[in-house]
Amino acid sequence: MAIDIKMPALSPTMEEGTLAKWLVKEGDTVKSGDILAEIETDKATMEFEAVDEGTVAAILIPEGTDAVKVGEVIMRIAEEGEDASAASPKPEPVTRAEKPEVQEQAAESGTPVPHKVETGARQMFEAAKHDAEVRDPEIPAGTEMVKLTLREALRDAMAEEMRADDRVFVMGEEVAQYQGAYKVTQGLLDEFGDRRVIDTPITEYGFAGVGTGAAMGGLKPIVEFMTFNFAMQAIDHIVNSAAKTNYMSGGQMRCPIVFRGPNGAASRVAAQHSQNYGPWYASVPGLIVIAPYDASDAKGLLKAAIRSQDPVVFLENELLYGRTFEVPKLDDWVLPIGKARIMREGKDVTIVSYSIGVGLALEAADRLAEEGVDAEVIDLRTLRPLDKQTVLASLAKTNRLVVAEEGWPTCSIASEIIAICMEEGFDDLDAPVVRVCNEDVPLPYAANLEKLALISADKIIAAVKKVTYRQ
Amino acid sequence: MAKAPARNARTKTAPPPTPNRERPAEPQLYTASKEELLKFYHDMLLIRRFEEKAGQLYGLGLIGGFCHLYIGQEAVAVGLQSALTEKDSVITGYRDHGHMLLCGIPPKDVMAELTGRAAGISKGKGGSMHMFSVEHKFYGGHGIVGAQVSLGAGLGFAHKYSGDGGVCLAYFGDGAANQGQVYEAFNMAELWKLPVIFVIENNQYAMGTSVNRASSEDQLYRRGESFRIPGLQVDGMDVLAARGAAEEALAWVRAGKGPIILEMKTYRYRGHSMSDPAKYRSREEVQSVRDKSDPIEHVKKLLEAEGVKEDELKAVEAEIRRQVNESADFAENTPEPEPQELYTDVLVETY
Repeated sequence: MAIDIKMPALSPTMEEGTLAKWLVKEGDTVKSGDILAEIETDKATMEFEAVDEGTVAAILIPEGTDAVKVGEVIMRIAEEGEDASAASPKPEPVTRAEKPEVQEQAAESGTPVPHKVETGARQMFEAAKHDAEVRDPEIPAGTEMVKLTLREALRDAMAEEMRADDRVFVMGEEVAQYQGAYKVTQGLLDEFGDRRVIDTPITEYGFAGVGTGAAMGGLKPIVEFMTFNFAMQAIDHIVNSAAKTNYMSGGQMRCPIVFRGPNGAASRVAAQHSQNYGPWYASVPGLIVIAPYDASDAKGLLKAAIRSQDPVVFLENELLYGRTFEVPKLDDWVLPIGKARIMREGKDVTIVSYSIGVGLALEAADRLAEEGVDAEVIDLRTLRPLDKQTVLASLAKTNRLVVAEEGWPTCSIASEIIAICMEEGFDDLDAPVVRVCNEDVPLPYAANLEKLALISADKIIAAVKKVTYRQ
Repeated sequence: MAKAPARNARTKTAPPPTPNRERPAEPQLYTASKEELLKFYHDMLLIRRFEEKAGQLYGLGLIGGFCHLYIGQEAVAVGLQSALTEKDSVITGYRDHGHMLLCGIPPKDVMAELTGRAAGISKGKGGSMHMFSVEHKFYGGHGIVGAQVSLGAGLGFAHKYSGDGGVCLAYFGDGAANQGQVYEAFNMAELWKLPVIFVIENNQYAMGTSVNRASSEDQLYRRGESFRIPGLQVDGMDVLAARGAAEEALAWVRAGKGPIILEMKTYRYRGHSMSDPAKYRSREEVQSVRDKSDPIEHVKKLLEAEGVKEDELKAVEAEIRRQVNESADFAENTPEPEPQELYTDVLVETY
């Protein structure tokens, strides 16, 4: 029986990849452990090993093919004793447009079919495809827009600031030779060398302290945490050393440092690797906290963060790293810190969100529009200082407000927004403000439970219907 | 359970291993000129009188919160910091008043911070444990035990990155020496050959816990061994030993050989902080150190042997008392911060 070998998923978020190179050819004998091919994901080039033994009967996807979907049959192996040529009639190389759906073609497969699991993270990931409907007013009219992934935008921001200022350097785990655990620092070592792109040992507390000390000593460090979950080890330096320096010194000692890395739930990585620290850091005076949604904001705000003389916590989202967005093609795209952005204008209800929640809010707004509800979507972008004015102005217009936050509800940014609406926007409210947050539990691993725990467009829609008294 | 048979030490024990890497030379006692000795005497006495006055103001309620005095340990900072140049930086924990005075920060700026006044070095917003002076390359004054070790490694990183030739002197205590981040910082400092002198001020007690009760390896100068950081154990009650160790350490670090550890064996006469009754040690123990090893008395004897007259030393002391009293008067009478200062200096920029 011939064995179909399928395009493997090599990361939790991989949906397709490039078949970079075949290391076997038709007629070769392969055994378990042999490397069959090199496959490029959006993060890395991976070697793909054989599990089954036999003879290569057919290579179905030529090397160099881009966008090969996970699960697509890429080669066929004839088992021992089987005539490789007769094992299965060599299929005509299918043109990509008419290739059959992999899921239905699983019958004779020796390898399990990677099937799309419906998880909460995937929902968020899918929703994040939304582009903003309202152009950022900060972008000058007539500016050319280019497509960039979020990770490229972040990398470009660092590279531009490093070119402009020798005091700026990057340190963290795997930022240099490995090119970044999530490939955000790709290429920086080549351009700037190991004086300015520094691999650290796995010692978050220590290197957060070294970075903070270097900032006190006059440099401008960018400290990358592989994820903010690991920054729990370092939170003492972020809060006690970096945030309070200026105040405790009566304004004479600066600490211009950026702590950045992915934050929030990723895909199926469960409780210890999935939490949103936005509310934690946003409660600390002395810190700037930024959590961008799209690539344009990520670039403009990271550049602003690096230039700032204050310590900045810059919260990225791993699920968004590979997403492509439009970024203005400008020599120096810097956004103001502390300013929210209206992503979609509407008159019936305001949905306030940030980071990956913005994608869900935009999806919810699209679906609500079909039902005749015109929602305004606000991306806070900066969590501290919070742009109250934009939120309150929108509330004054729509009189109804929902906060969507990928994070726990208790003592959240949502709680803060609600307090602001109560204290300063009470007269504008036609309904109580409702928050849509993750469930108040550690994030579970099981796909179905993860989906139940995370926020979704459906939950936002339900909340909007509640505040607009439509159900 | 039966005991394992005792090994025949004479035949079975391997000869001690020869060190396979370079080590600093044993530091020598510093040979000080009469002028230098007088300066050491002055600086140590200034710290002692300043701290005694601070203790007094604390008793009067003019200083609040936590206040950690340096009395007894003066020879450490005086000996070490007398060897520094203008390009070098200093960072320490919360027992920081003495180190600050030696960085050249005026006593009245420190005292006014202790009383929480606007004229204090941190405008009254830092207090005893959180004082800084970028101008004098004194980077704190840190209230979290051990934080200054990683931060000090970072200051060393900045010296190396900018190529300014400076060295960071990072002080911490025997208590902080058990903090995990200390070893993270040691590892990176040696890995990157950072110009840092890690100074362990071993005053024998981490608050109320003696070194032996808290440290599996109580010879703290050895704490860098597994990171290949050499360590020297130094008599921290002898300013000349401290200065001699500083010379050796600075030579090592400035030659690009990476960090070095100095364990300064010292003793604090007062409690851990002003609110510590110090019941964990006997009055006799303290008195015995004062009688036998006081760093100031030691230098006083050396000066007398140099032919310096009692009158001359009395004049030095009188001038110090005048200066300390003046700083205390100032600290008591200068105004508190304006209420609106509450909201300043949270952030540098406006957003």
